[in-house]
Parts: sequence; structure tokens; C-alpha cells
Amino acid sequence: MLITCPYCGPRDVSEFAYQGDGNRTRPDPASTDSEAWNAYVYDRLNPAGIHNEIWQHAGGCRVHLAVVRDTLTHEISSVRFAREHGTPTHSRRNHGAKA
Amino acid sequence: MSPRRTPSGGRVNRLRTIRFTFDGTAYTGHQGDTLASALLANGVSLFGRSFKYHRPRGVLTSGVDEPNALVTVLRGEVREPNIPATMVEIHDGLTAVSQNRFPSLAYDVSAVNQLGGKFISAGFYYKTFMGPVIGPLKGTRFWMLCEKIIRRAAGLGRAGHAPDPSRYERMNAFCDVLVVGSGPAGLAAAHEAAQSGAQVILAELDPCFGGSANWSGETIDGEPAATWASDVVGELKTHDNVRLLKRTTVWGYYDGNTLAAVERVSDHKDTPAKGAPRHRHWTIRARKVVLATGAFERPLVFPGNDRPGVMMASAAMRYANQYGVLPGEKIAVLANNDSAYRAMAALAKAGARIIAIADLRQDVSAACRKLANDAGAELLTGHAVISTEGGKKLSGVKLAPFSATSGVSTGNARDIGADCLIVSGGWSPTIHLASQAGARPVWSDDLQAFLPPETGKGWIGAGAFNGNFSTAEAISEGFAAGRNAAGQPALETTALPDIEPAPLDPNPAPVFEIKAKGKAFVDFQHDVTADDVRLAHLEGFVSVEHLKRYTTLGMATDQGKGSNVPGLAIMAEALGKPIPEVGTTRFRPPYAPVSVGALAAERFGDLKPERLTPMHDWHLENGATMYSAGLWFRPMIYGGPGETIEQAYVREAQATRETAGIVDVSTLGKIAVQGPDAAEFLDRVYSNVFSTLPVGKARYGLMLREDGLVFDDGTTWRLGEHDFLMTTTTANAGKVMQHLEYFLDVVWPDLKVHLTSVTDQWAGAAIGGPKAREILASCVTGTKVDNEALPFMGIVHGEISGAPVMICRLSFSGEMAFEVYSGAGHGTHVWEALIEAGRPFDMVSYGLEALGTMRIEKGHVTGAEIDGRTSARDLHLGWMLSKKKPFIGSAMMDREGLSASGRLELVGLISLDNRPLSGGAHIVEEVDAANPHGSLGHITAACFSPALGKYIALALVSGGKARYGKRAHISDPLRNRFGPVEIVSHHFFDPEGKRMHG
Repeated sequence: MLITCPYCGPRDVSEFAYQGDGNRTRPDPASTDSEAWNAYVYDRLNPAGIHNEIWQHAGGCRVHLAVVRDTLTHEISSVRFAREHGTPTHSRRNHGAKA
Repeated sequence: MSPRRTPSGGRVNRLRTIRFTFDGTAYTGHQGDTLASALLANGVSLFGRSFKYHRPRGVLTSGVDEPNALVTVLRGEVREPNIPATMVEIHDGLTAVSQNRFPSLAYDVSAVNQLGGKFISAGFYYKTFMGPVIGPLKGTRFWMLCEKIIRRAAGLGRAGHAPDPSRYERMNAFCDVLVVGSGPAGLAAAHEAAQSGAQVILAELDPCFGGSANWSGETIDGEPAATWASDVVGELKTHDNVRLLKRTTVWGYYDGNTLAAVERVSDHKDTPAKGAPRHRHWTIRARKVVLATGAFERPLVFPGNDRPGVMMASAAMRYANQYGVLPGEKIAVLANNDSAYRAMAALAKAGARIIAIADLRQDVSAACRKLANDAGAELLTGHAVISTEGGKKLSGVKLAPFSATSGVSTGNARDIGADCLIVSGGWSPTIHLASQAGARPVWSDDLQAFLPPETGKGWIGAGAFNGNFSTAEAISEGFAAGRNAAGQPALETTALPDIEPAPLDPNPAPVFEIKAKGKAFVDFQHDVTADDVRLAHLEGFVSVEHLKRYTTLGMATDQGKGSNVPGLAIMAEALGKPIPEVGTTRFRPPYAPVSVGALAAERFGDLKPERLTPMHDWHLENGATMYSAGLWFRPMIYGGPGETIEQAYVREAQATRETAGIVDVSTLGKIAVQGPDAAEFLDRVYSNVFSTLPVGKARYGLMLREDGLVFDDGTTWRLGEHDFLMTTTTANAGKVMQHLEYFLDVVWPDLKVHLTSVTDQWAGAAIGGPKAREILASCVTGTKVDNEALPFMGIVHGEISGAPVMICRLSFSGEMAFEVYSGAGHGTHVWEALIEAGRPFDMVSYGLEALGTMRIEKGHVTGAEIDGRTSARDLHLGWMLSKKKPFIGSAMMDREGLSASGRLELVGLISLDNRPLSGGAHIVEEVDAANPHGSLGHITAACFSPALGKYIALALVSGGKARYGKRAHISDPLRNRFGPVEIVSHHFFDPEGKRMHG
């Protein structure tokens, strides 16, 4: 798998560290909404198909990337800076529903 | 009669004799021989014993699909088991042994297993290993014992214990066109792609390029096919844009057209060339791949089809044409297609007698009749072999009339003497790599085989891979595929070579099995019979994936290369469905076994990274015994002559508390946190407040994870208004850096903060003890170090022996202590100056053991207590949780479970029997050695405390504080250590901190 880092160009996946599901928004730091915190810390989408992910170019420029990847084919359709695009609208899964 | 070398012929170098041994017997062969061909040339027909039944087995094929002739190759003490003899090139000094036999290959006691065939059928384990409900053998105890014996009897080669001294390496390669397979199709493709200027890699798993050209016996444009092949290879060698890889198995096809291959660089040599690895692993990124991987000939399933002397027709032809070896003198043939006739003709030409041909079809072509006639063979159409005779080698076969429609023999049987039976059951294209790339195989009724779909996204097929078996088709498809892969337009007409003799019809009769009495093997390597497949069906297994796992069909080291289609056909018949409806299993990597060494390569051994502190050499020169801590090496003790580890650390800790000691702390993680928002950032990531910290002071900080549990701790020093130096634990340095970077980059990109890892830029020495300040004062210039200039947690800048240093007064040992940081390049210089300054005070250098001892005495936590399950309150660090601001983990740290009573809390333990305690031991109220239970918690760290004169430990114990002063017991059944302890506060020594505050 190659990820095209906007700074460094196409690089092997071994240079990158997976930093989790990109479909999460951190609640306001002062929020006491335990449901929201619980969802942020523990709920992870696990789709068979298109997925929003955060990767860090740990073996390179250390930047965090918002990567859109097909988990079935490893095809990557978009790589952008996570600082600009890393927290899309939080899409929480209903309890008990299959992804 | 036995197999033998023909007086002439073959492509081995008869001028070069090679000596090797098999099962201790010395043999000779020639350059170009495999172990299989060389042993056949020496008349050896018995190669191994089978997996379950210990039946004698010979050699069935001539290549990577070999299921029977598995051997163990010995290199010194190193054993490499389960290598097909067909894939081992002989070299002087080669030592190979057979497998799965006791006491010897010829006389094997477990061969009696054959008689118990019904008992050890499919699903044997699941059905048999159920114990009686009552009685002394209740449950599965008895069977657990039996299992050990059975596991020993069933199986393949034995792995060794000796470390592998070989070197392995990894390579990355990029190309426009990767051609897999160098038969006529692959050579043609590589040739065309190379002509166009594309970067080409050609990978061939055999030791020589050419594939079937080496053994087909055909002529191409009037020249032997092998000559044509070597001409093409010779031309490819002249191209700078072509890389030729022989002995290279492309074993995996991954996303993004990334392919994995392993090159066996030195296995064919007695000793590797200077600097050459044993195996080289290749990761190849190819723009396009040409799959010219050929096809495997399929065995037929009939009783006794595993007897030594039964061989695939194409393999027999290859032994005759390539190796100059006849697999037998009196040869019988069993076929359902024309390809066996070409093999038969080759054997006849090489000097064998063809006794009879049993063709499962009622009608055969005139071309085949002529070949049979020319060879002087009796042709019996509509006949089958219904059993084979002989013990450890074939002596004859039983032929009977056969109906292809019913699959059973009908008339009277006839015995025929033969020492070799060549078999062809049709051909299966080698579609493994395409299947790995995601292609769904398509069933061909004509070929009775699964074919690849026309082309894939990243690959183009050519030749037998596509189900087009003639050499002319291979070359023409190869040309087209090579041009296409290189991005060249297709040619309207191509002058194709003229190939002799004309091809025969490869389409087989749809027969996979001859049903008759006796064990008929589908998967030779795992001893799976046709009856096992039917039994699985009777027991309700419908899915082909379940069938595979229940019977273990296709799960041996050959991964079902020959058995896949016959197994499916038998299952399909049992289900009453056509084969394509039953489907096929998906091929997964690796295509053929890959050495673990090649995968690990430089990640292990000489090239594995090591991290050394600037003072590393000093430690070694001064008698340190080193620990490896992650990638770091750190002094454990500086042992004196005859000193035990315990004596050494006790001496070091005691001396530190009495006068002074110095320890290398350069491995601590160090991160420069700089920028206008640095203080705000630290307030968010630490549980306590840093924005109030004055410049020139340090503070102990605690970090939580988002889930509210403790993540890491360390001191952070404020060097300037916008300039902090954070320290982390050695083990978590990388993780903390990543954690901070994530929050800064993803969650709070608006904060103006820059992070720099400076772990390797600073050398650190911690000097502690009652005399520490005096020692410092005697060597530091440019600053005072008295209580006023350097109060607890204060920071000063000065010089030691001319080198600039930064000194912070903080203590891990509990003594009056200072951390002296200098540039890494000055590390040893400053360290030696400190040692020199300490000499009048009898200062010692101490290692991690003494460091650990003093921290246990003080009750300071490390990674053993911050184990990812403990909260700040569990560690009595609740006072560090700020109520004034949110921070990472603050929202989750007060959850019910994290504040419940009965959580494991940090306590101290004192051994009441004066015996050592050890980490991992459990704490119980009452000892019950026979039935250990009722754990209250466990020990995290233990030592002998010189300050207390006792064996002590830190532990995480349920109810913690409430148990202070109470007795409990150690329960450590693994080390058989039980005994009384007293639970106390974790602050064993100087709880008020008088010593460090001075």
C-alpha cells in the first residue's frame, strides 16, 4: 500500500502509523456529556469499504493525514492534511447495528 | 528394475560429478540435478513416509507442486524440514534426510497405521477425543495423553532448535513490467517488453530460465526449444533495462501491484559467496505484471495411486528430457487426455519399454494411436488402473475396462507388470497469483479446469496460465502480453516461430476418480482419500471452505496444487452439483513456503538498530553489566570481582545513600515544547498545571490517556517563557511524542507550539546522595548550587570542565539529587569530570538495579505500575488531578468503574520470612498451594532494601490503604514461593522527604 503524503510524495505504508478512525469528533474539552465522550473514546466504525482514517507519516515528515481508503481493496481515494480535514461530522453507529 | 540414468541425453552436465548424502548414504549426481533426479538416477524410489498412514512414498512430480518427496536439509546443526526433493539442487556436501519414519525409511513401525484407515479418517480428532462421562478416565485427560503420541506419529519434518547463522536480506524493486515465469510465454513477454525500453524484471522459480523449453523435446524454428530459450535469455542479458532473477519464487500478489518474491541465492552452494545472503526477499512494485506461470498436471484418484513408481506423465518426461533419468524400465500409462502420449514417446525414445496405455476415453485421436503404435505400446481405450501392486515400489498394475460415465470399472481385470506408471488427469493453470490479486476463477468445461478471467487490473496472462497449452500459443500470447504490458500497441501480424511436433489436444475426459476398492488419495501430503471427502459430505459439510478445513484437503505445504480440483470434483459429485456451483477455494499467499529468515532479514541480527548513550563506552570500561531496554543499552550493575547482582546493587544503593552515587539518565525521553502557546498546551496534556510554573523551575507532571487512565509521568522544565523541556519515561518516549503530535496537529491545530524530540541531543547524569551538592560545588563554575541559587526543582546554567551544563535539582532516588544535562557530545567529558569530582567523597556509579531499589524504597511509580490499567488515584496521585481546567482524560477519569471501591491500589510489601519477593507473584489472604485462588493483587517490583534491611516490594492490591499494617501472603505457584508479608505504605523510606529537601 502506498500513501501519497502531500509533503513527501508516494511512500510505502511501512513509513506510516495508523492513528485511528477519522470519523470522530472530540467533544468540547469542558463537556460532561458522558455519552459523547464514550462514543469518541470507544466507538469505532469498521466498514467493509470506504473508510475515513487518520495516518501519521511517522517515518517521514510526521504530519497527520486524513486518508480515505477502501478497506476491501486498499485503494486510497483521497489524502489531505488532518489538521484541515481530519474531523468530519461524527457519524455514530446505532447500538447493535451492523456496520 | 529401478529408475536409472540414461547413457546419454538430458541437460545435466555429465562432466561434473557432485557428491551428496541422503539418509546417511553417499550418492553422486551431476551438475543440474535436483535431489529428486539424482536419487532416481541412483535407483532410489522410496523418498518418504506419508503424513497419517506412514505409507511409502516416492516422487510424484518434478517441481514445486511435489506432495510426497519431502526431505529435511541439514546445514550443520540447522535443520530445514519439508523441502520438496524436486526443489533441492544438489551440491557437494549436501546432506538430506527423509522424514516421518522410525526407525528408518525402509522399516517404519507406524506403517501399521495403514490398517486402521477407517479409524483415522477425516475428523478423527473431533470424533475420537471425547472422554467418558464418569470413571477414572473422565473427561479428556486420557486423550490428552494419547494426543501427544499421535502428534508425534503424524506429521512432517521436525524443526530444529539451533539458531540459524545464515544472513538474509531484503530488496525493494520497481519496474514497468514484471514477468512471472520464464517458459516460452514469459520469455516472449520479457523480450517484447525489453525491446520497447521498459524496465523489466523476469522472475523464474527454477535454477534455469526456459521452463518447459528445457524438457518439452520440441524444436522451435528447427532448433531445440532449450536452445531457443537460451538465445532469448542471452539477448535479454544484453539489455540494461532487464533484471533476470532465477531461483526466485513470486509468492504474493498484494494491492497496488506490489508483489513479494524470495530469491534462493545460496541454497545450491556449499558455502555462500562472500557477502551473499542465503535468501534475498524482494518487494517488487510493478506497473504491469505478466503472469506466465504455466500449469500443473493433475493426478487421477484411484486405489494405490500413491505407490512409489506412480508419477505424473509430464514429470516423467521432464526427468527423461532434462535430467537424463528414466523413472522406470517397464512403463504403464494412465490418462484421460492426450498429453501423456507425448511423455510416453519421450520415455520410449530414452530407452524405456512402454507396456500398456490405459486411456479412460473410449476414443482417442489418430495422432495418439500413432504415438502408441510407434512406441510399441498396447493401447487399451476405455480402460483404467484399478489398483497398483508392490510394496515399497511399484511392481505392477491392475487394468480393467472402465466407463467414463459411471466412473466404475466394468469387466474383468488384468494384471500387468510395470515398475512405473505415468498418469495424466488433465491440467490446472497456475492461477494462484491472479486469485490473490482478486480474480475470480472461471470454470472451463473443455479443459475441466479453473481459468483466470481474461485480464486483471494490473496483470495480463499468457500461455498455459490462460489455459492455452501449446508452445506456439504461449509464444504468441507472450509477445502480445509483453507489448501490452509495456504500453505498446498490438502488432497486426507477428511472424511466429515454427514449432515441431504439432501439439496434441489437451482437453481431458471429465474423469477425476476411478472408483474401486482400496485407498485412493486426493491430497497425498495430508493423506486425504476420496472416501474422506465423501464422508465429510455425509456428515453434512456442504461449503468447500468447510470441506477443506474438516478434511485438511489442500492445507499441507503444497497448498493443494494438485489436489484442489480432484477434491472439488469428488465433492461436486457427492452433492450432485456441477463443479462451478461448488466453487473453488481462494488461493492465499504464500504460493510456496517462504523462509521466515527472508521475511525478517535485517530486522534481526547485525543490522538491528541499537541505541547507546554518550557514556556507553565508559560504562563498559568500568565493569558495567548492560541491560537492553527496548533498543537502549543501560548499565544494570557495576559489579566487582565475585559480586552477585544483589550484592552489587545493594552496595551501590547503600553507598549512594551514605555519600553519593551517579547514574546515566540519558535515555529519558526529552521533548522540546516551544512556542507562545506552549504553557497552554502543557496545561491541556498534563493533569496538573504548568502555566503557573516560573521560568527556571521544573515540575513533576502526570499525563492521562483519553480514557482517564494514567499514560506517563516525568518532569518538565521551564527554560523560558515559551520554552519547555519535557522529560518522559525511557519506554514511552516515542509514544508520548506521537500522542502530543496527534493532539497538536489534529485536535488543536490552532495552538502555536512546536515539538522537537531532543532525546539524543542531551546527555544526562543524575548525581544524588548527602555529598552530592558538595561534589557539584567542587566542579561547577559559573553558578552557585547552594539552596538559595538552586532550590528544590530549581534549574541553573553553568559549566563543568569547560562544557556548558544545565542542572536541575530533582530526585528519583529520594536523596539530595541533581540532574546534570549537557550536549550529547560533551556527555562523557562531563560524566568523567563528575566522577573525578566525586572521587574524594567515595562516590559510586550505579546501575538500573540500584536505581530501581531506591525508587522502590521511595515508592515512586514506573511502567510496572503505570500498566495501562491504573488510575491516578490507584497510584495515590489523585492530588495531581487539577480541578481548575480540563485536560486529556479529565472527562473520563471519574467514571464509575475508575472510582469504584476494591480497585487495585499501590501498596508496599515487606517480606516477613526474610526471603526475596518477585514481580508477578499474587497476594492472597490465606495460602492454598494445592488450589491457588483468591488473588487480591500482584507484585509489580521487588528488591532487597539496604535502607530497611529487608526484602520489600511494591504491589497493586485491592483495597490498598485499608490493609496497611495487615498480614497477607505471597502465592506464586509457578515459582513455588509462598510466604507471609506485611502490607504497608509504598513510602518505605523517608516518607517526609527530608533527605531530598536537605
